[in-house]
Amino acid sequence: MTNHGDIAEYALRLGDDALVHGQRLCEWCADAPFLEEDIAIANAGLDYLGRARMLLQYAGSILGRSEDELAFLRDAPEFRNLLIVELPRGDFAFATVCQYLLDEYELLFFEALTNSKDETLAAIAAKAIKEVRYHQRRSVEWMRRLGLGTEESNRRAQAALDELWGYVAEFFDADELETRVIADGVGVDRSALEVVWRDRVGDLLDEVELSLPGDEWQVSGGRSGVHTEHLGHMLGEMQFMQRAYPGLEW
Amino acid sequence: MSEASDLEQRFEDKIAADERIEPKDWMPDAYRKNLIRQMSQHAHSEVIGMQPEGNWLTRAPTLERKSVLLAKIQDEAGHGLYLYSATETLGVTREELVAALHEGRAKYASIFNYPSLTWADIGAIGWLVDGAAIVNQISLQRTSYGPYARAMVRICKEESFHQRQGYQIMVRLAEGSEAQKQMAQDALNRWWWPSLMMFGPHDGESAHSAQSMLWKIKRMSNDDGRQKFVDQTVPQADIIDLTVPDPDLKWNEARGHYDFGEINWDEFMQVISGNGPCNRQRLGQHKKAHEEGAWVREAMAAYAKRKAETAHD
Repeated sequence: MTNHGDIAEYALRLGDDALVHGQRLCEWCADAPFLEEDIAIANAGLDYLGRARMLLQYAGSILGRSEDELAFLRDAPEFRNLLIVELPRGDFAFATVCQYLLDEYELLFFEALTNSKDETLAAIAAKAIKEVRYHQRRSVEWMRRLGLGTEESNRRAQAALDELWGYVAEFFDADELETRVIADGVGVDRSALEVVWRDRVGDLLDEVELSLPGDEWQVSGGRSGVHTEHLGHMLGEMQFMQRAYPGLEW
Repeated sequence: MSEASDLEQRFEDKIAADERIEPKDWMPDAYRKNLIRQMSQHAHSEVIGMQPEGNWLTRAPTLERKSVLLAKIQDEAGHGLYLYSATETLGVTREELVAALHEGRAKYASIFNYPSLTWADIGAIGWLVDGAAIVNQISLQRTSYGPYARAMVRICKEESFHQRQGYQIMVRLAEGSEAQKQMAQDALNRWWWPSLMMFGPHDGESAHSAQSMLWKIKRMSNDDGRQKFVDQTVPQADIIDLTVPDPDLKWNEARGHYDFGEINWDEFMQVISGNGPCNRQRLGQHKKAHEEGAWVREAMAAYAKRKAETAHD
């Protein structure tokens, strides 16, 4: 029987991934390269915010805190998201490559999580996987356009890939808590996803004429609350209202 | 009867019979130009309107508010897209319309040249700005150009949700702490008059009104729309104990309408001629996003070409 605290922490981690990524997508508002993309990015943003809310509500139901308390009243070291989602938004190539790497990971992750013995997590995963399949189809198509489009788009996509690659190892790291929830059949063994992920990503990069960066530079720490400098600034903005006007209804 | 005047007569007959003009129908050049001006201005307004709301998206006070606001802004982008497409049926491209915006030849609703300074402004924009837009758009469901009328039917459905979400934000603030009430009142103070300006100059002074009314492009006069908006909005302010910032506002039993004060027309002229507080910022942001997106659009076109060539081989 899995400890409730472990489940709450596990849900919180996944909720934070979705929340922080959703917040970054919000930064694209009225700033996309054309109107159809404004709509598409907002669509993805809504999916992530919706997922964040389900997961934070679930974690909160165990911890006795509301989704908004969890989102707006924790400081950066208490956030548990993967570092890759907190990186500054960057240009459209950076955002696209980030989304693509994340989509391939989430595709494998949420597919596996649908088998969780925790019914709530399995149900959230079943909803998420439908969204992720759509996100991935879209980001693959954009990877093709950028990789095979113009010299400039290829150069920008390669630069983004080189920058982002240092953060992908964290997709597959498991700590003690995760090892426990995996043993109970609640969590997903992320290390088992790495080979397939690398195959799929490698094949696509090959197809779109981008080169696979080396693995010599790897950063991690998000799951244990050791973040990049960027997260604090993001929270400063995101949490402004709840910090400036504590305890009110909006 | 010459062929040209025959066509013109058929057009006039259709307008008189309240029938819709469709893209392939003959229409006078001036009618087409007038429509392109009005519809593209409408499309640009939806798109530029994303900016003052987007300004609070990353700072929305709750996750629910953030999601609802994002969905609303996405609707606005959808309305913009829908209206650009409807305008394109008149034989103009979206690229041309956007270029006209960037070169200052096309306008957008001047209300978006005011800043959104607090969270309450998001409430006020939904309540007042969308509220005023709906009054206009409901009448445009009967506009004489078919694609425009059909676009309005769809857009009106979503706009009424927007207006309600805005008012609901104001209700919550008005029921809240002193600071929240003050925030709501301050937002009403700043957005009230610009909302009344959205209906444009008095009927006698409106540059395009008379001809547009004859052609049934416009179905309600500026002053009638403004009166309707005041009549429906003042009681909503009363319910939540907010004060409309107009000392001349009072119910006129004889007319069955509210009397209200005169708009500051100097300010109105300043803002529509490009000198409002945010004109440069709004247009600058739109241009910047467009310019920064140029390489993306080029990549997309190059890839499409490459794909078409490969398919050919």
